Amino acid sequence: MGKRVLIGKLGLDGHDLGAKVVCRALMERGFEVIYTGLRRTPAEIAAIATQEDVDAIGVSILSGAHLPLLAKLAEELRAAGLSDKLWLAGGVIPAGDHEAVRRLGFAGVFPTGSSFTGIADFIRERTA
Amino acid sequence: MSEPRKLRPARLESGLDVKPVYRAEDVERSGGTGGIGEPGEFPFTRGIHPLMYRDRPFTMRQYSGFGTARETNERFKWLIANGQTGLNVAFDLPTQIGFDSDDPAAEGEVGRVGMAVSSLADIEEAFAGIDLDRITVSLTINGAAVVLMAMYFAMAEKRGYDLATLRGTAQNDILKEYVGRGTWVFPVEPSVRLVGDTIEFCAARVPRYSPVSVCGYHIRESGALPHEEMAFAFLIARAYMDHSIARGLPVDEFASRLSFNFDIHGYFLEQVAKFRAGRRLWAKIVRDGYGAKDPRSMVLRMIAGGGGGGLTIEQPELNIVRTAYYALVSALSGTQTMALCSYDEAYTIPTERAARITLRTMQILQEETGICDTVDPLAGSYAVETLTNEMEGRIVEAMKEVEDRGGIVKAISDGAIQAHVSRQAYEREKAIRSGAIRKVGVNCHRIEEEDHPVELHPFRAEEAARAVERVRQVRRERDSAAAGRAVGAVRAAAAEGRNVMPAVMAAVAAYATVGEIMGGLRKEFGVFREPVRF
Repeated sequence: MGKRVLIGKLGLDGHDLGAKVVCRALMERGFEVIYTGLRRTPAEIAAIATQEDVDAIGVSILSGAHLPLLAKLAEELRAAGLSDKLWLAGGVIPAGDHEAVRRLGFAGVFPTGSSFTGIADFIRERTA
Repeated sequence: MSEPRKLRPARLESGLDVKPVYRAEDVERSGGTGGIGEPGEFPFTRGIHPLMYRDRPFTMRQYSGFGTARETNERFKWLIANGQTGLNVAFDLPTQIGFDSDDPAAEGEVGRVGMAVSSLADIEEAFAGIDLDRITVSLTINGAAVVLMAMYFAMAEKRGYDLATLRGTAQNDILKEYVGRGTWVFPVEPSVRLVGDTIEFCAARVPRYSPVSVCGYHIRESGALPHEEMAFAFLIARAYMDHSIARGLPVDEFASRLSFNFDIHGYFLEQVAKFRAGRRLWAKIVRDGYGAKDPRSMVLRMIAGGGGGGLTIEQPELNIVRTAYYALVSALSGTQTMALCSYDEAYTIPTERAARITLRTMQILQEETGICDTVDPLAGSYAVETLTNEMEGRIVEAMKEVEDRGGIVKAISDGAIQAHVSRQAYEREKAIRSGAIRKVGVNCHRIEEEDHPVELHPFRAEEAARAVERVRQVRRERDSAAAGRAVGAVRAAAAEGRNVMPAVMAAVAAYATVGEIMGGLRKEFGVFREPVRF
């Protein structure tokens, strides 16, 4: 059975082209994808991830607010007991922030333009 | 003897095949040149003014705004000092979606992608010292357009401008927000009604103001093909027109104030053909479909440029070259207003240096190249006239396809358009990754690059904190009972189906906030539930 991946849009940013493209790329590669739609709060993402029993949680942010939003999301995911899941972040995330994002617990950072195969392989390896 | 060379097939994104050589017979076969008309005359293929840029050079209007009103006011003045001739205001996401800077939902997002506005005080500060007769202002606001337009009008009136002659533009195209850009608030039906309220209000009170700029731009950026960009924008414009006419507004009382916003990236000839064909088709739609009598109602006025979807993260300086080509296409296509993305916009909102290079790109075109000297200089080209004819056919087909399936409002409400364009966006991404669509620096002519090759615009957290403090101060200093009553009047107008604009004007004048007014409307209208379809 395919791994289950949540792809979410966190915060107020309305740019969803990248998130939807990644959804399709993962579906084509055999993943089961749950897409949240726009403007989800950290608590909502945690609730959907719990309810859908996903293996990986990926969120996309293009507004520049990734550090404060991901910090809040990390808190919510931990509180919901989802620390053992694979966390990913994508969108416009400058290279200078990648280390800070990883330190928050997001093991995979995939900025705009990342390889589809790279994302898929990363999830497969880390959720095996 | 050499082998006969096999030609590489060339196909435009709209599906039209491109010939290596065009001749007079191609023009004739595609419909001839009889339909192009004179510049400034129906059907406006060659442009909407008789002398175009000789008489009225294109306006340069870079999208701009960040942090607080104070910071944005400084940037506005700097752009004007550098020769920019119009302003295009960027608001932060909380403002666009209708939250005050101190709302918990706004945390982390205040002042990020645009200027934070909570009350009229911010709008007053943003435009302080700027001559609104000389510099026209475009507000990039959609979901919260009724509030921000009212604030702009209230600010102008307080400074002594007469609304009867005030010019400017609001984006205020909510239907495209459901397809791309995503700053919708209310469900589709009340949202269209609010657009109707602004059209009706402006027709009566601010007749030279453009209350709506219909955006093919963001639909194209979300994955639509060039002919669909035009087709979907025209269908959306018709939805607003149909609504306004159903409310009893005669077409010639508002159609001339509708404007458009289009994207440029991709193939040069296809883009030029798209604009020439689009202008002609729109004129026919308004005259023949709506029975308009005033030629100004039939005119497709536009801002065109941008081209964010064509820019790359890789080798970002190359984006300066790309935007210069897009600017040339825009001028050769007869745009009224130009705005371009800056070379660093794939990373960040533009730094001062990047913003100046973009402005200079347009100024070089206007000052150095002679582009403004001759109207529609590509007219009569076998290739351009053939493709203009063929493109018009493609736009008509794309419009019919949506109409046959129940129309644009239904297709947006149920997510069909969103699914269609996002499928195409994925196909385009795959084509770029495979090299089928060539992108220099991405899939050919690559170099090893450092991770962050551009300087980033600095985000100043202390300015966000200042925006929060400022709205709290406004609430302390105003007559809050009066502001509360004014918001109640907005809700009552919404509930009773009256035009909300007069009540919103009164509410903003009482310093009711964006969050309070939009919150009141949320209670009446509810919130859009996004259909997620693949």
